[in-house]
Amino acid sequence: MTRETLFNSAALAALALVPLWAHFSGEPFTVTLATRAVILALAAVGLHIALGLGGLVSLGHAVFFGIGGYAMGILAHHAQTYTPLMEWPFVIEGTKSMPVIWLVAVVLSSVVAYFIGLLSLRTSGVYFIMITLAFGQMFFFFAISWSAYGGEDGLSIYVRNGFPGVNTLVPIQFYALCFVILAAVMFFAARLQRSPFGLALNAARQAPDRVETVGLNPMRLRLIAFVLSGAITGLAGALFADLNRFVSPTMFSWQMSGELIIFIILGGLGRLYGPVVGAVVFVALEHILGDLSDYWHIYLGVLLLGVVLFARGGIIGMLLGREVAHD
Amino acid sequence: MSALLALSNVTASYGPSQALFDVSLSIGEGEVVALMGRNGMGKSTTVKTICGMLPSGGEIRFKDKVIGGMPSHKVARLGVGLVPEGRRCFADLSVEENLTAAARPGAWDFAKVAELFPRLAERRNQKAASLSGGEQQMLAIGRALMTNPILVILDEATEGLAPIIRQEIWAAISHLKNSSGLSILLVDKSLKELQQVADQGVILERGRTVWSGRMADLDAETGEKYLGI
Repeated sequence: MTRETLFNSAALAALALVPLWAHFSGEPFTVTLATRAVILALAAVGLHIALGLGGLVSLGHAVFFGIGGYAMGILAHHAQTYTPLMEWPFVIEGTKSMPVIWLVAVVLSSVVAYFIGLLSLRTSGVYFIMITLAFGQMFFFFAISWSAYGGEDGLSIYVRNGFPGVNTLVPIQFYALCFVILAAVMFFAARLQRSPFGLALNAARQAPDRVETVGLNPMRLRLIAFVLSGAITGLAGALFADLNRFVSPTMFSWQMSGELIIFIILGGLGRLYGPVVGAVVFVALEHILGDLSDYWHIYLGVLLLGVVLFARGGIIGMLLGREVAHD
Repeated sequence: MSALLALSNVTASYGPSQALFDVSLSIGEGEVVALMGRNGMGKSTTVKTICGMLPSGGEIRFKDKVIGGMPSHKVARLGVGLVPEGRRCFADLSVEENLTAAARPGAWDFAKVAELFPRLAERRNQKAASLSGGEQQMLAIGRALMTNPILVILDEATEGLAPIIRQEIWAAISHLKNSSGLSILLVDKSLKELQQVADQGVILERGRTVWSGRMADLDAETGEKYLGI
């Protein structure tokens, strides 16, 4: 366990220091790349709560990622065009303030996660995967046809939104903001994992009937996990859209949901740092292999195959041993 | 005294095959009742119907509330703590985590469970899967106690354990009886120990209650007829 703590601290330190080094050696692109990795890691940490702890294989988490993205896109779009979002029964203006956008993203994702969870958690196994996928596709096609907000072309935002006291246009400052959020959410997730709720959720994954005999409703545990999970992924979506200053239906695509699952499997299922390591490795590969070939996904596929076949604890599991038994 | 738990004319089926035809039993407050019968006579099925794990007919009341048909987590919340057959701890969680996951406010907490089963305190951070059968059994009992129940149901709590461990479990059960005022429903095969601990007894035969009364009144003839002892 101490080795794992050591590894985790080293990973977190590297995430803090490498971009800082890149900043001082004049490589802003690396900082942006790291920002991308950190935001995707945040989205995957969200999924980790549902998948890693709750055992809920959601192939529809792009829904929340996209909702976060569109929350940012729509609010910022109205702010930059000076048009109100709605006028009746009361006026809602757009905003360029990140905290407000985050709040909207988190609340909307939670509400949607609640209703999707309520319907899809009645099923399990492959049916759960399919029903979450179906919800993802519904949102994807809705976004494509939503011409008021760019339809298929998406929405461009000219200037990154603001956060009090931070110049978000400076890559390292925006990075620091995202890093702090990731660290805070991971701290929360680690606490959650060890709380009675987290333990019961873990137990419900292994043996739902036994959890019931101690007076806990597995369905309710899973629903709460799903909502928390969706909220975090939604927050990541808002940050991701802000990073790119662009939001499009791609954020709702099922490939996006799939990538989040890949991060977790690559890094290590059931471990909090799994999604983080997975996302960082993914972004690094995307950058390095993407330079070599447009078809870099082939190499990713080979790597994933290797991990699934030979290192079932993911990259962390390979390095530290399969501490976390997972079924 | 009105009974804490009362089953009257309970029936239950697994799909097309009926397992319980007419089971009646009652447990008073602070009372220890032994549920006996040979294999396949409906003891575990009766436990399942009480705990809401199997649909049932007839009437099941707990604290004067009808609980037949209630989902099992609600039954547990009312104060029925089940120690399931085959122990069934949360394998991936440590001893302490197993207990924490089940905890509900009340007199029972980790310290008190550790006092009852010192072995569990020693193994506090060990995964449940790595415990011996006896330790897992203690953990399963501890877990049920952590929910601070009014009635504890022990389904075959001493089955398949080494004699010395069985003694420890029986000692813990009688300690619970004498010190906590809990009502206990014991499903077990060892008549000798049951006679020492239980106040009342019920015998099932082919899904029917065929005998019930004070354990002291259970005569050799009845025992031989229904329990084959």
